[in-house]
Amino acid sequence: MLLNQFLFLSAVLFCCGVYGVLARKNGVLVLMSVELILNAVNLNLVAFGTYNHTVAGQVFALFVIAIAAAEVGVGLAIVLLIFRNRRSVDLTEADLMKG
Amino acid sequence: MDAQNIAFWLIALAMVIAAIQVVTSLNIVRAALSLVVVLAGVAAQYILLAAEFTAVVQVLVYIGAIIVLFLFGIMLTRARIGREADLDNDQRGAALVVALGLLALLVLLLRDAFGGERIGAEAPSTTAQIGDAIFATYVIPFELSSVLLLAALVGAIVIARKD
Repeated sequence: MLLNQFLFLSAVLFCCGVYGVLARKNGVLVLMSVELILNAVNLNLVAFGTYNHTVAGQVFALFVIAIAAAEVGVGLAIVLLIFRNRRSVDLTEADLMKG
Repeated sequence: MDAQNIAFWLIALAMVIAAIQVVTSLNIVRAALSLVVVLAGVAAQYILLAAEFTAVVQVLVYIGAIIVLFLFGIMLTRARIGREADLDNDQRGAALVVALGLLALLVLLLRDAFGGERIGAEAPSTTAQIGDAIFATYVIPFELSSVLLLAALVGAIVIARKD
């Protein structure tokens, strides 16, 4: 197997995630797109780890998974708080800090 | 083409279709369930890369826990179960340009940098090696991530509770 095929797949996933973060306005969907981005990064880490014959890539992927779990927990709590205060999770309406 | 390559391209195709579904679907529950396909595909690619422990953790943490959290989030924010017209904002065109430009840039860069490099999976890494690495070389980041998880847990409860 070529190293590049994993890197290309990961690039496609990353760009899907970037599109989702920029184009979605539902808070939960934006968090899902962030998960896509994190998974693309993890795939890269594991692919390079196998390519270099070291487990360091996998160890870092495990750290990223743990931090992604924390990120989703806090992120969903914030989205719930926005929903409770404004009765909607529309992120374009959450513009209190816009100048 | 050997069996590994055929498996890779089949799984990759399913993952890309599901990932596009996640970011374009007008049905929020369908987007969450497409995310399951992407995450399972990533786990399958880890197995192709001879990283079976990471694959198991991926299935346990992502499909087992994070997707359930997302479905809870969808239900608690009272999203509609069927189609919903206003899930996207008005910068879709610009977002598409940015994403495709980034993809073109990455593909060009990667083709230049790693074209023709092969992955040899002759000696798969064992779980024992990963455990040794975590608890010897990376023990401080490991402990820090435990503290981070605790802080995130407490923070999430404090943010989300009703008072």
